[in-house]
Formats: sequence, structure tokens, C-alpha cells
Amino acid sequence: MSVYSVHAKRRVIDVASKILMGAATLVGVFFLFWILWTTLKFGLAGMHWSLFTQDTPPPGTDAFGLRNAFVGSLILLGLSMLMGVPIGLMAGTWLAEYGFRSRTANLVRFINDIMLSAPSIEIGLFAYAIVVAPMGHFSAFAGSVALAILMIPIIVRTTDEMLSLVGSDMREAAVALGAPAWVVITKVTWKAARAGILTGILIGLARITGETAPLLFTALNNQFFSTNLFRPMANIPMVIFEFALSPYANWQQMAWAAAFIAVAFVLVLSLVARSFLGKVQVPK
Amino acid sequence: MTHEREQGFRMATVPISIKPPETAPSSSAAQLPVKIAARDLNFYYGKFHALKNVSVDIRQNCVTAFIGPSGCGKSTLLRVFNRMYDLYPGQRAEGEVILDGENILNSRNIAQLRAKIGMVFQKLTPFPMSVYENIAFGIRLYEKLRRPEMNERVQQALTKAGLWDEVKDKLHQSGIGLSGGQQQRLCIARALAVNPEVLLLDEPCSALDPISTAKIEELLFELKKAWTIVIVTHNMQQAARVSDFTAFLLDGQLIEYRNTGTLFTTPSDPRTEAYITGRFG
Repeated sequence: MSVYSVHAKRRVIDVASKILMGAATLVGVFFLFWILWTTLKFGLAGMHWSLFTQDTPPPGTDAFGLRNAFVGSLILLGLSMLMGVPIGLMAGTWLAEYGFRSRTANLVRFINDIMLSAPSIEIGLFAYAIVVAPMGHFSAFAGSVALAILMIPIIVRTTDEMLSLVGSDMREAAVALGAPAWVVITKVTWKAARAGILTGILIGLARITGETAPLLFTALNNQFFSTNLFRPMANIPMVIFEFALSPYANWQQMAWAAAFIAVAFVLVLSLVARSFLGKVQVPK
Repeated sequence: MTHEREQGFRMATVPISIKPPETAPSSSAAQLPVKIAARDLNFYYGKFHALKNVSVDIRQNCVTAFIGPSGCGKSTLLRVFNRMYDLYPGQRAEGEVILDGENILNSRNIAQLRAKIGMVFQKLTPFPMSVYENIAFGIRLYEKLRRPEMNERVQQALTKAGLWDEVKDKLHQSGIGLSGGQQQRLCIARALAVNPEVLLLDEPCSALDPISTAKIEELLFELKKAWTIVIVTHNMQQAARVSDFTAFLLDGQLIEYRNTGTLFTTPSDPRTEAYITGRFG
């Protein structure tokens, strides 16, 4: 084969793969925008101020209200962060600062990766078995436990990776001043990796915002406004699930509105996370 | 060894080699007291024997340079002096390293040892905080100071490192925003701020441009009046310029250790001669 034909062949492969990659991107982006557009269209139609001031209406009325579900979702997310962030942060820190590449650390990483892709409904069943069944009833607390378990592996992974990016020289420099390990970690390495760690937490939060399956067996849902952590609590994903399947037009509209707000919330979280990630200082 | 370094080295050796050995610099420094004494020091990275029966005296208020090809153990030797190897499981040292009458290899109070022995690294390692906080970080580990006293200590440290005039208006800006040479002097200031007695420098200039390197070398002349300095360098020209004593290491062994002028003009070991004339390394 002559040199020219080799070059010609490479050019053809180059052009063909560019076209294929472009097409694949277009397909992905097309569906993404379709989803966003549909959510926007139906969601805006269901927008109503009373969504934020009134609770979910009983069937047969034409009222609009999601206040209990918004408040419930915020409580659930807050409580899951309260449980998930410290555990995830500490586990990730242990992996990066103490575990290194040891066998135990790699085993923990392997299990964490499995947890990362565990079906969320299984996590819901697990929370049911360890919290709901012993307590005898559904509760917001059980829901938060399930969401926290979903969130932890994401935080562990990003914390571990971001801390590993901080050069050993930075650590040694702090140690050389006589700083004890806890000062090195809290004052130097966490600080150096803070943008990346925060991003991981936000990604974790975005991940659990729309989770419905783990709440099915745990927080359930509540027709009424409730802040009792040990009772069922209203929440956006369950309201979407229930209302979208209902025969009432106003309920269906509310489901779209709730979906739109949830998508907007996740979008904002992702944008904030991206802006943090832009500030990650990867040591030279 | 890179072509550039070889060139630089030749430029340096020509003027030195025509001096008679008796006028070699710092021959009087041999009378200065010993600050750190290593005796039969052996070091292991797991099974790898990295330092073999090294004995060396580091004299007070002198600059001592460790030279040798990559992997010869010069950085390893430096890192024994503040027990940096403690961080890594599998690394261990045997023998004696005497500092102020105590074998530091058995020392229990590592923080106190590290307060006495400051260290500056090849990579620029300003912490992700302001210039001021970079300096205050080390001081706060040992002392609780009021703001005015802390301000004074920060200024003192930056002045000693020859950085004060350049950063006095940006004390509260990030240390990472400084130029490379300024960052390295910030690291030196940070090490000096805790009032150490010895300053260890591990290839402090290899990430810097020639002008910044010259500034750091000038600084070393000032600093050795108050501190004992040990520097690891890849650059023989630099060792010849800044140090009073030079130790040549090869394959974990200390081949030759003398005052710098003598070592570079009339080395006694053929391996030293081969190395400083650029035949290997």
C-alpha cells in the first residue's frame, strides 16, 4: 500500500468518526432539550403562587398547592446532608490521608464503587428493614437515612479523589513545620481541595433530589403539612409520582409544576457545582 | 545530566580550578561547632538500602551542600534530619543522628524536632491561604499571640526572607498569586517564622528562573549568619557558589566530604572527580 493511500484511508476514518461522534452528541442533546422543553411547557402552565402558600389539595377541588411537599423535601434533603456529608467526608478523608493504596483502602474503594451504582430501590428496602420495620411506621427520618446512604458514596469518591490531587509536597510542608496530622488535614489539605469537595457534596445533593424509589418505603407521603421527623412526610418526588398518575387535571398540572421546579433546582445546583469546579486548583 | 547543567558547571569550575586550595573559601569554618552529627546511618525504603553507613558532621552557621546523581540518597539523607520519613510506612532509619546531644532517630517529640529544623521543598508549596496566614500558620502551632505581636512576627519573617518589601501591600492576598521566586521565599519565611535552628533546603531553586535563583542564593549568605543550612542541589555550580562544605554521595554512600573549594578543585576520590567533571550523573 502506498503512502498516499494510507493517508487517504486515515482521512476517511477521521471524517467518518467525526460524523458519528457529532451524530451521537446530537441525539443526546436532542432528547435532553426535548425533556427540558416539555417540562418547561407543562410546568409553566401549572405555575401558580398558591403552589408555595397552600398544601396539596384533596381530590375533587380545583385548588393548587405544594407547600407541604416543598418543605418536606427541603427537610428530607437537609437531614440527609446532616447524616451523609460528615460520614462521606470523613470516609473520603480516611481513604486519601490514611488509607493511601493499602489493601483495606482499595477494598473500601471497591465497595464504595458498588454502592455508587446500587439500585436506589434496594437502598429504600434496606432503610425499610433497619428503620421503618423496627419503628413500626413510615417516617421522614427513614427517608433521610435512605437518601443519605445514596449520597455517601458520591461524597466519599469525590473527597478521596480531590484530596489525592493535593500534592504530597503540600502535606510534607505542613508536617515539616511540626503540624500534627489533624491540623494538616483540616487547615491545609481540606482547604486546598475545598472547591472539589464542595462540588462532590452538591453533585450528591443533586443526585438525591429526584429520588423517588427510596422514599416509597420510607418517608412515604403526607397529604398534610408536617414537620414531624418520625411521621410520614410530604415530598416532591412522591407528589409527582402520585399526582401524575391521578385522573384529576389540576393534580396532573401540579405534578408538571413540581417536576419543573425540581429540574430547575438540580440545574442551579449543577451550575453552582461547575462554578466551584472551575476554581479547583490542581497543584502543578 | 542535562546539557544546560553541564555547560553551567564548566563555566563555574574554570575560575575555581585556578585558585590554589589554601585560599579555598571557608577553610576556617572547620573550627565551627558541629550542629548535627550522623553516625553509621542506614536508611531503607522497604527492602531497598538507600543510605549505607553514612557519617557526616553538619557545622553550625555554615551552608552544607549534598550533591550526587539522581537516586544517590542526598534527599533521603536530608529527610532523615527532620524525620520526614515517619510519614511513610515501610521507610526506616538505623544508626545515630545527634542534634544537641540527642539521637533524633529515637526522639519522641517529633513536633519539637521539626520546630527546630525547618524545611523548604523543590515544589513551591504555599498553603491555599493568604500570604499573612501562610506565615501565621506555623507560629500558631506553638504560640498564642495577639494580633499586633503576630503582625510583627509575620513582618520579621518576611523581612528575613527578603520578601517584605515586595508583599507588604498584598499580605491578605492568596500566596498562590505570587511569582515562583516569591512563593519560594514565602516558604522560606514560613519556615523561619517558627524560629528553627537548622534550615533544610531540598533543591529549592530547581523550579525557579535564574534571577529568582540568584536572590535565594544571596539570601542563603545572609541566613547562615543565624542558621545552619543544609541544601540538596542537582546543580554543582550552585553548590560551588553557596556552600562552605560539600558532601558527594553515590549509590547511598558518602564518597567524599570536605570544604567546598577543596572538593571542587582537588577531589581525593576518582569517583568525585568523574562526577564533578561531568563524566556521569
